[in-house]
Amino acid sequence: MPGDDRLDDVRIQFDHRFPLSGQHAGVSKLHHLRRQNAVCNKSLVLRARFGLRCPSLCSGNPKTEDMSKYTLSVNGKAQTVDVEADTPLLWALRDTMGLVGTRYGCGVGACGACTVHVDGQPARACQLPVSGIGKRKITTIEGLDANAAHPLQQAWQELDVPQCGYCQSGQIMSACALLKQHPRPTDAQIDDAMAGNLCRCATYVRIRAGIHRAAEIASNGKDKK
Amino acid sequence: MSAHHDKPVSVSRRSFLRQSAAGGSLLALGLYGGGTIAALAQGQAGAGTGTEFSPNVFIRIAQDGIVTLVSKQPEIGQGIKTSLPMVIAEELELDWKDVRVVQGDLNPAYGPQGAGGSTSTPTNYENFHRLGATARTMLVQAAAQTWGVPAGECRAERGAVLHDASKRRLGYGQLVKTAAALPVPDPKGVQLKDPSTYRLLGTRIGGVDNDKVVAGKPLFGIDVQLPGMLYAVYVKCPVLGGAPRSANLAAIKAMPGVKDAFIVEGTENLNGLRPGVAIVANSTWNAIRARKKLQVQWDEGEGANHSWAGFVAQAQAAARQPGAVTQRRDGDVDTALAGAARTVEAAYTYPFISHASMEPQNCTAAIDPKDGSVELWAPTQNPGAGQALVASTFNIPKEKITLHITRSGGGFGRRLSSDFIVDAVAIAQKVKAPVKLTWMREDDLQHDHFRAGGFHFLRGGVDAAGKLVAWHDHFVTFANRVEQKESDGTTGSVLRPGSGASLSGDEFPGRWVANCLLEQTPLECRIPMGPWRAPGSNVFAWVFHSFIDELAHAAGRDSLEFRLEILGDADMVAGTGERGVPYNVSRMRNVLTSVAEKSGWGKRKFGRGQGAGVAFHFSHRGYVAEVAEVTVSKEGRLKVDRVVVVSDIGAQIVNLSGAENQVQGSVIDGLSTLMYPSLNVEKGRIVQSNFHDYPLLRMPDTPTRIETHFLKTDYPVTGLGEPVFPPLAPAVCNAIFAATGKRVRELPLSKTDLSWS
Repeated sequence: MPGDDRLDDVRIQFDHRFPLSGQHAGVSKLHHLRRQNAVCNKSLVLRARFGLRCPSLCSGNPKTEDMSKYTLSVNGKAQTVDVEADTPLLWALRDTMGLVGTRYGCGVGACGACTVHVDGQPARACQLPVSGIGKRKITTIEGLDANAAHPLQQAWQELDVPQCGYCQSGQIMSACALLKQHPRPTDAQIDDAMAGNLCRCATYVRIRAGIHRAAEIASNGKDKK
Repeated sequence: MSAHHDKPVSVSRRSFLRQSAAGGSLLALGLYGGGTIAALAQGQAGAGTGTEFSPNVFIRIAQDGIVTLVSKQPEIGQGIKTSLPMVIAEELELDWKDVRVVQGDLNPAYGPQGAGGSTSTPTNYENFHRLGATARTMLVQAAAQTWGVPAGECRAERGAVLHDASKRRLGYGQLVKTAAALPVPDPKGVQLKDPSTYRLLGTRIGGVDNDKVVAGKPLFGIDVQLPGMLYAVYVKCPVLGGAPRSANLAAIKAMPGVKDAFIVEGTENLNGLRPGVAIVANSTWNAIRARKKLQVQWDEGEGANHSWAGFVAQAQAAARQPGAVTQRRDGDVDTALAGAARTVEAAYTYPFISHASMEPQNCTAAIDPKDGSVELWAPTQNPGAGQALVASTFNIPKEKITLHITRSGGGFGRRLSSDFIVDAVAIAQKVKAPVKLTWMREDDLQHDHFRAGGFHFLRGGVDAAGKLVAWHDHFVTFANRVEQKESDGTTGSVLRPGSGASLSGDEFPGRWVANCLLEQTPLECRIPMGPWRAPGSNVFAWVFHSFIDELAHAAGRDSLEFRLEILGDADMVAGTGERGVPYNVSRMRNVLTSVAEKSGWGKRKFGRGQGAGVAFHFSHRGYVAEVAEVTVSKEGRLKVDRVVVVSDIGAQIVNLSGAENQVQGSVIDGLSTLMYPSLNVEKGRIVQSNFHDYPLLRMPDTPTRIETHFLKTDYPVTGLGEPVFPPLAPAVCNAIFAATGKRVRELPLSKTDLSWS
């Protein structure tokens, strides 16, 4: 299979990278995803490593020279973009649609700053060519809540989570997906779901607290500010 | 293509100052002219509309009572955009909900605007009190005048002036016209509030941009969009210090969306405009995808010989010789070591690392085709230096360079450099359109101004009583060759160690040990270096507090008590080295004894694989001691269970929420930097390229217990962006030793096998 060599290279680097972290069991997930024929080289490994759930979105090789129009469903609206087929959703959102809340951090699916939802599942927008999205529904941070008052957005402000703030839209999108799956997550579930999102300012303590607080707000059905 | 609805809010083309002048203030008063308090006339034209009261360039009060405050310092995540306005709001007796904060552009009226060295708070704190108090004094006077009562009978409270005797009240908005007509008093003479009456300072206030952060609104440099803007990437030689000879530019220009591709000659300055190949396109992606086809013939230069393995060999050879420079020589180290009861020798090593701010370096530049003036939008910590570098690189007068400071997606010292700003200007000058230059993550990691690697060769000795009597460090460091004007007018070249890569003769425990030799040998390299969070301190504290721990154990002493003994009984120790500053020993003793008490030092019995470690460090005006408790599994996996931090940063915590966030962030960043990042150099190239091979700590490694304590003292208020970082790594490594008997002498931690049986 083309790309396997690079895949192995990256995997070796992973083993080297997290020698102290037993819970980062990326390799078995990697094999699982490979069996599912989700082929995306480095990003696949990163997905496996960080538990991202976007199988098949990176599959297929889009034509590279076609400037074409693609109509995407973004935050409930149909948006037509006229871009190269291999343009990652990240750059279509930022440069073409002016939705800059989805942020560029690495371009290889390793930092989570560009996390969006595709049909409700978290995905790295830097790894999604617009030609491969089709009718799937995209939600960005700007579309999370009409009044920017999602329980996570409330909790983040209440607990003053951000420092620089650059990664936080990605953090919130990952946390949102977690809360859909586990409305009252444990710390271990938070560790697992949020391991793909880097925060260079290291606001992890407050992100963790913010997720618990958001779960509380959501379960009360209202803001208890 | 859909329209760009969202204009960056923080990057209005009009500076606040211009708005303020147009809004009709009579006089704007800056406290910063030439570093002294000075009045600054803001132009009389349009004065007297009376719609706003603006007693100085930082404050604007509207008739609806909304108060707009200017944040002069760059916001990089340290919280200054919230905390300094809080100081004005405190003195001005504002209700925080009436406050709107706007980011100031680069403007001499604001005084120095660099955010580095944890100086934003200490250099502005007093002035900001006076700015607010000046406005409050005038509003009280305006109300007194309106009511015909003595000003002394009136007081300000929550955005209004009150006359208790007659139970009258006027909101600030109602006082705008009257106050705007009053002369501005000398801020040096205004009455400041008694700290015991503070309502706002010391409370928890959320960041002023939090609403925009959580909504994904444009805030950062990378979010800037201008009409007709083009997008650029800039490719530098993989060998640091190299330059392009030629490239397949015609093929690149034929790629979809590409508007131009060209070589920028650049300058010799390793920290300035470096040579490279620019690709300009109609979108960031089209520039990136064209870059993938770029083929460049590089002139790699002398840097191509560099390798980390080679540096290690050079350092080991240097260690066998006397140091090139002696920073400190007290007593006679060799004799003292010969007579010591026990001696320890050890070599400590740490790698080059990148800053890796989450927002890669970027800058948007627009050049006026008529007069060549430059308008910039930059996520910078050092806007004045950015303007100066543009001025000197392109020979443009500073007056023709406007710089809008955007919010920065992390700084950590990276954005004290201005290389990315001159890159953008060079590209915009050529393409004659506004250009946003975005560094790819790979550029950002590989063309950083790095935290220098280093090698410390240490010897120490304790006497029969277990007291530290001899200390010798030969520091082998990295330096760039730079041209320098000699006093006789000629030009010569000197080896200049990188930022934070030179030892001060006062570096602890220098000044405290009778027989002390600190010496240094620089290795010349073409690797650009720059300040990295707590420069120097970020590794020196690890090296020296680890080695102190080795000596304490060699002496069979409790490592905290051993440290207290080194500090001794004096309350102050004067600075002696070239960068020496007085060291307030009593403050350090206090944080150290406090952290012992708060952590229960020596009172807990730890099982195998568990232990506690302590370290302290004085940097950036802050005195900090930390205790870490760790568990190391038999397989060698580290878990930090608890970190107790005691800081003395002066008389007042400005924003408790922000301060606590900085402490937690510094602890985790300290742990991250200890555990993970490392750059290898081969054939002059940085080997690592992105977060898959340059890891940083993530959520699962985050300690669950970080306890934050501030000692309130009578000393001047200072900043918290850096001083908590340095003691973390040695505290953890000392705890690892207590738990396993394994001493960590090389960073990152993955170089050391921590397994035990």
